[in-house]
Amino acid sequence: MTDARHAGLQSILVLAAATGVALLPLHLDLFALMQVTLFAAMSVLALSVAFIWGFGGILSFGQTAFFGLGGYVYAIAAINFGDSTNAILLAVVLPALFATALGYFVFYGKISDVYLGVITLTVTLILFNVVNSTAGEAYRIGIARLGGFNGIPSVPTFNMPFHPEIPLSPETSWWVTGGTLIAVYLLLRLILVSRFGRVAVAVRENETRAALLGYDTRLVKLGVFVLGGAIAGLGGALYVNWGAFVGPTIFSLSLSAEIIIWITVGGLGSLFGPIVGCFVIQWLVALIGSQQTFNSNLVLGAILVGFVLLLPKGVAPTFLLCLARLRKRYRSTTEHGSAQSTPHAGQLT
Amino acid sequence: MDLAIILALDVLNGAASLFLLCVGLAIIFGMMKIINLAHGEFVMLGAYATVIATNAGMNIWVSMIIVAPLFVGLVGLLIERCLIRFLYGRLVDSMLATWGLSLLLIGLVTTIYGNTMNGVPTPLGGFQVGEYRSSWYTLFLAGMAVSVMALVYALLRFTRFGLIARAVMQNPNMAATLGVNPSRVYMITFGIGAGLTGLAGGLLAPLSGITPVMGAAFIAKCFITVVGGGATIISGTLTASGLFGLVNQLGAYFTTPVYGEVILFLSAILLIRILPQGISGRFFKGMS
Repeated sequence: MTDARHAGLQSILVLAAATGVALLPLHLDLFALMQVTLFAAMSVLALSVAFIWGFGGILSFGQTAFFGLGGYVYAIAAINFGDSTNAILLAVVLPALFATALGYFVFYGKISDVYLGVITLTVTLILFNVVNSTAGEAYRIGIARLGGFNGIPSVPTFNMPFHPEIPLSPETSWWVTGGTLIAVYLLLRLILVSRFGRVAVAVRENETRAALLGYDTRLVKLGVFVLGGAIAGLGGALYVNWGAFVGPTIFSLSLSAEIIIWITVGGLGSLFGPIVGCFVIQWLVALIGSQQTFNSNLVLGAILVGFVLLLPKGVAPTFLLCLARLRKRYRSTTEHGSAQSTPHAGQLT
Repeated sequence: MDLAIILALDVLNGAASLFLLCVGLAIIFGMMKIINLAHGEFVMLGAYATVIATNAGMNIWVSMIIVAPLFVGLVGLLIERCLIRFLYGRLVDSMLATWGLSLLLIGLVTTIYGNTMNGVPTPLGGFQVGEYRSSWYTLFLAGMAVSVMALVYALLRFTRFGLIARAVMQNPNMAATLGVNPSRVYMITFGIGAGLTGLAGGLLAPLSGITPVMGAAFIAKCFITVVGGGATIISGTLTASGLFGLVNQLGAYFTTPVYGEVILFLSAILLIRILPQGISGRFFKGMS
């Protein structure tokens, strides 16, 4: 696919998504709309992992650390300020700062892939343990009680910027969440075509080669990681806005596993695929929750094992690959095979 | 003085159970470079096997020391044949697939046995140290840890299978040209690793709450101990579990059990940062 055509397809996709977000409240009842809002908030988290793993080559098993931190920061700040505007900002900035500290520690220590997975997982567990044990009066930040295992209930949801007396309706909340998802997608697309994005992909492809070409690969990876942390924090704020509640299970291992499943199903190295994966898997989990025969862990586990063994590239890249093959076959039959023999053809399709 | 004895027993207990829990993972990671994220679920299966066998009227010692490792070992062999053997050399894929496997096993056990299960009582009584009490079972665990260590060492060092396994670990292609079938060695090694993990699950069954998700409590600890220990199986796991057991128990004593774990995790992160090759990669190069 040529770049121009790719860009054309992208803009059509984004326009269609934006129209969908705008019109959806007309077609869904309140329950379904809330469901979709949750899926969209989680998709922001999916995008953050899709970006750092698929384009930065950083496999973080603990992206929920930033997601949960964003959620908690939003909850505490919103309770204290009484206004969500600055709380959302803090929910992006603080996880990003935390990601900077952790990323500096990890990438400047030249810690390799697997160990990175171990460390991020461990950090998430530390946060879970610490937050879990903050029950009681002693643990409060400002007027917000941390609540330990019970979490923080009745967190103020989003309001009109700087107007705490006007909370958002479920419809507006959906527009904000869906709109944020599209905005984050566009931002990541723009970053990927920028110089920084291209260097990040080069580092993923071959770190030594990128370093030999004069790029500071540690800094590039740190940048990717911090961006991922900020996006995950934003996702956390959106998630808390959806449920008006945040508890320590936000740091749980099962959520970390679920993110990995969204991406594996949707396709690593794609941004659109993981969003689809996130929506489909969450819809599936909600469906499983409404019946008794199958356990959701059983189904999710089977899906993950099945995809790793049979379809390791995930749905979106496999679909694109099939499309490219079909087009190639079509072209080679019309041009009597000449397209296949030219070295160009592979790059263009 | 009495307090010091009790504290020492606690540390011994922490280190011994950590060693028992980790040795199976260390064998699988050290030999095959497969990170088995379903390790915690192997522990869970061992505990379930023990509890079910004991409740069915079997002697508790038999069900802990024979039934649990045998059952989990067989499950391990099955899993190796159906799943793991396609993933050698694909480190990340193997992590993802075994993570899926862990969810699958949790789901399966939940579907069959529900969310909780009655445990088994801790055998052997307690004894008095001054004004404190401790349990004989702690000492038994330490004894089992020492026996498992001796057994694994002897197996790797003095048997023909151990020789072949170490050769395959060093260079599978060279071993294959000399007539060894690496695939078969991997299969057996994975089975042994799974069996030892099942044994740990069986031995810890009287001390833990038996639920399908109990493995999650162990996986991170085992993971960091093995990674912190480095590539050599016995010396690495032994030093790492000794160190982390000490840190964990002392941290728990001076603060709370929760912060004991937090301190353990923090020290593990620091250790990995300072010694990326693990303890054994730094201090015990070239030993098994």
